[in-house]
Amino acid sequence: MKDNVISEYDVTPLPIKIAARDVQVYYGDTHALKDVSVDIEDKTVTAFIGPSGCGKSTFLRCINRMNDTIDIARVTGDIRIDGEDIYDKRVDPVQLRAKVGMVFQKPNPFPKSIYDNVAYGPRIHGMARNKAELDDIVERALKRAALWNEVKDRLQAPGTGLSGGQQQRLCIARAVATEPEVLLMDEPCSALDPIATAQVEELIDELRENFSVVIVTHSMQQAARVSQKTAFFHLGHLVEFGDTDKIFTTPEDPRTESYITGRIG
Amino acid sequence: MGDLLNSGSATVLALIILGLAALGFALTRRRTVVSVQGDTRRLHSLPAYYGYNAAMLIAVPSLMVIAVWLLVQPVLVQNAVIELIPEEVVAEGSSVGLVMSDVRRVAEGLDSAVAQGAMTVQEAASLDAGATDVRAQLAEIGVALGADVQGPVLAAAQRYRTMTATGRLAMMVTALALALAGFAYAFSRTNADFRARNTVEAGIKALLILAASLAVLTTVGIVLSMLFESINFFRLHDWKDFFLGRSWAPNFRGDSDLSILPLLWGTLYISIIALAVAVPIGLFAAIYLSEYASSTVRSFAKPLLEILAGIPTIVYGLFALLTVGPFLVKIFGRGEDGLLGVDWMSGATSVLTAGLVMGIMLIPFVSSLSDDIINAVPQSLRDGSFGLGATHSETIRQVVLPAALPGIVGAVLLAASRAIGETMIVVLGAGAIARISGNPLEAMTTITTRIVSQLTGDTDFASPETLVAFALGLTLFVLTLGLNVLALYIVRKYREQYE
Ligand SMILES: Nc1ncnc2c1ncn2[C@@H]1O[C@H](COP(=O)(O)OP(=O)(O)OP(=O)(O)O)[C@@H](O)[C@H]1O
Ligand SMILES: [Mg+2]
Repeated sequence: MKDNVISEYDVTPLPIKIAARDVQVYYGDTHALKDVSVDIEDKTVTAFIGPSGCGKSTFLRCINRMNDTIDIARVTGDIRIDGEDIYDKRVDPVQLRAKVGMVFQKPNPFPKSIYDNVAYGPRIHGMARNKAELDDIVERALKRAALWNEVKDRLQAPGTGLSGGQQQRLCIARAVATEPEVLLMDEPCSALDPIATAQVEELIDELRENFSVVIVTHSMQQAARVSQKTAFFHLGHLVEFGDTDKIFTTPEDPRTESYITGRIG
Repeated sequence: MGDLLNSGSATVLALIILGLAALGFALTRRRTVVSVQGDTRRLHSLPAYYGYNAAMLIAVPSLMVIAVWLLVQPVLVQNAVIELIPEEVVAEGSSVGLVMSDVRRVAEGLDSAVAQGAMTVQEAASLDAGATDVRAQLAEIGVALGADVQGPVLAAAQRYRTMTATGRLAMMVTALALALAGFAYAFSRTNADFRARNTVEAGIKALLILAASLAVLTTVGIVLSMLFESINFFRLHDWKDFFLGRSWAPNFRGDSDLSILPLLWGTLYISIIALAVAVPIGLFAAIYLSEYASSTVRSFAKPLLEILAGIPTIVYGLFALLTVGPFLVKIFGRGEDGLLGVDWMSGATSVLTAGLVMGIMLIPFVSSLSDDIINAVPQSLRDGSFGLGATHSETIRQVVLPAALPGIVGAVLLAASRAIGETMIVVLGAGAIARISGNPLEAMTTITTRIVSQLTGDTDFASPETLVAFALGLTLFVLTLGLNVLALYIVRKYREQYE
C-alpha cells in the first residue's frame, strides 16, 4: 500500500509549501544551524532525522518563529510559506503561529482541564460561534489524536493529571484543534507506547490530506513508515534531503548511510 | 583553678572539651589506620569517620551538660538563697527581685575582692555585717553598693558564693568526666569492623533533630507565655467585653472598656487599603519585570524595588506622618484652602494615610514574591501557548497567571499577615483613636499600636489594662496564623489540582 502512495506521489508533483534558503541560526556565539536550504511540499509528511543536538528542533522552531521567544537566538536567511517571507517585518508572528501549529518535544499541557486545553486555540482565534460548535471541535480534535475514548468521561479533569503519553496526545489534539496549514511535530511519539504510536502515525497520514506535516523523529522505522520526504541533519548542516525511499535505500552521502545503518543495525 | 571558677570558666571549659575532641579525632583516626597496618580498604568506613565518631562522643554530651547546667544552676541557687532572707528585709527593699540583685552584687564584690587579694578566701567567707562595714570595704576595691549591707543579705551573698562555686566545680568535673568517658569509649570501640560511618550519620541526624526541636520549642514557649498572661487577663476582665464589646477606653484607675473590636476594625481596614494598593501595583510590576522587561531594565529595576523592601518601617512611618498625611489633608481638608475645597479631613493621621504608606511598603514584598513565582512557571507552557498563536498578554492571562495563581494567593496572604502585624507605620500614621467607622479619612487605631501604648510608661503587670496587651497579642497571633494556614491550604489545593 505504501508503494502505491509513493508512486502516486511521484507522478503528481505537489506545490512547495515551505521554502527555506541559507538559514543560519546562532544561539549567542554557537552556530547551531548552517546554510540550511530545503523545499517542503504541501500535503506531504517530511521527516527530520539526525543525531541528538544536530539542530532538528532548532530548524523546526524557525518555521513558526518560536525562536523569537529565545533572547539569544538569531536567525538569518529566508523562509517562505506559500511564497510569503515569514521573517518580513510586516508578518505578525502570532498570526503565523496560528497557521503553523507545533507539538513540542516534551508534553506541555496547560494547567487547565482537558477540555480547556483543547479549546484554548479555537477560543483565542474565535473559531466557534457557540458552545456546541466548540464541543464539536474539541471532540473531533481529541478523536483525531486518538485520545477521545480515554478521556471522554472526564473532560473537566486537569490535563496535567494524564499519563505522559496521554499528555502528548492531548498536545497533539490541542495543535490540531486550531486547523493549522502546517503541523510541526517534534518527536511526538517519544513517550508513547506502540499502540498510541500507531494511532498517531495514522493521524499523521490522515493530516497529510490537507496539511503539510513536518515530523522530527529518532526512529528510522517511523520515518520510513510515515514520511514521503526525509531530511538528514548532521552538526547543524542539512546533509541530505530527498524521497524517503531513496534516503533509506540508496543514500548519497556516506554520513547518511552510516547514521542509518548504525541505527537500523 | 581559682580563675577558672570565675566568669570565663564555662568558655574555658568548652575550649578544653573542644581541644579534647580534636585530640580524640586525631588519635582515634590514627589508631584505626594503624590497626589495619595502613591498608584503609579493610576498614568499614573512611578513617576520618572513626575520628568524627570520637569527636562527637567527646564533645556533644559534655557541651550539652554545660549548657543545661548553666541554665539550671542559677535558678536552683537563687531558690536556696532566698530562704535565708527574712520577709522584713524584702518588705523594706520593696521586692524579692531587688533584694536578690543586691545579693548578687555583694557576692560579685566579694569575688573581686578575693581576686584582687584584698581579702583572703576565709575572710570573705567569715565576714560579719555587724562587725565590719562591708559597703566601705567593697567601695575601696571599686564595687559600689546602693545601701549598707544588712546581715541577712551578706549571709545570703556568702551562701550564694559558696553554692555557685561548688556548682561550677561540679559542672566542670561532670563535663570533663563525660568527655573523657566518651573518649575512652570511642577509642576502645574503634576497630576495622566498627561501622563508624553509620554511627556518624545517626549522630548528625540527632543533632539536626535537636536544632529543629529547639526552634519548635521556642515557638511553643512564646505561645504558652502569651497564653498564660492572657488567661490572667481573662481572670480580671470579662471575656465578653473583650471580644464583643464596642468600645476601647483604657483607664488606669480601673474599670476600663477593653474591647478588641474597634482595634480589629482599624487593623483590618488599614490592611485592606494597604493590600488594595500593594497587590495590583506589585503584581503588575512583577509581570512587567518577569515577562516584558529586557534584561537591562530588569538588572536595575529589581534591585531598586528591593531597596524599597530594605527601608526600615519607622522611616515609612515618618513618611506617613510628615509627607503623605499632610498631602492628604491638603487634598481632602482645609475647607476653602484645600485642593478640593472640602473639609473632610482634619489631622494628618488617618486610615488612608497609614493604608497608603503600608501599601507602598508591601509593593516590593508582593512583587518580588510574585516575580519568583511567575519565573517558576515553566517556559514550556509559554511556548505551548505561543505555539498555538496566542499573544503575549493572552498567554500571561490564560496560562501564566492561572499556573502561578496559588503562589500569588499565598504571597497576598503573606502580605496580609505582614500588614496586620505592622506596627511602626500605624503608630505614626493611623492615630490613636479607637473607633468603628467607615470613613477612611478619620484617625483610627490598630491592635499593634494599642499593645505598644499599653506596655509603655508605668506598667503594673497585675492590672487588666496592662495584661490586655497579651490577649491582644495572642489574638493577633491567631489571626496571622490563620491567614498563613489558609495560604498553605489554598496553595496545596491548587497543587493537587494541577500536578
Ligand atoms: N535555547 C538554546 N540556547 C542555547 N543553545 C541551544 C538552545 N537550544 C538549542 N541549542 C543548541 O543548538 C544545538 C541544536 O539543538 P537542537 O535542540 O536543535 O537539537 P536537536 O537536533 O533537536 O536534538 P535532539 O534530538 O536531542 O532533540 C545544540 O547544540 C544545542 O545545544
Ligand atoms: Mg530536539
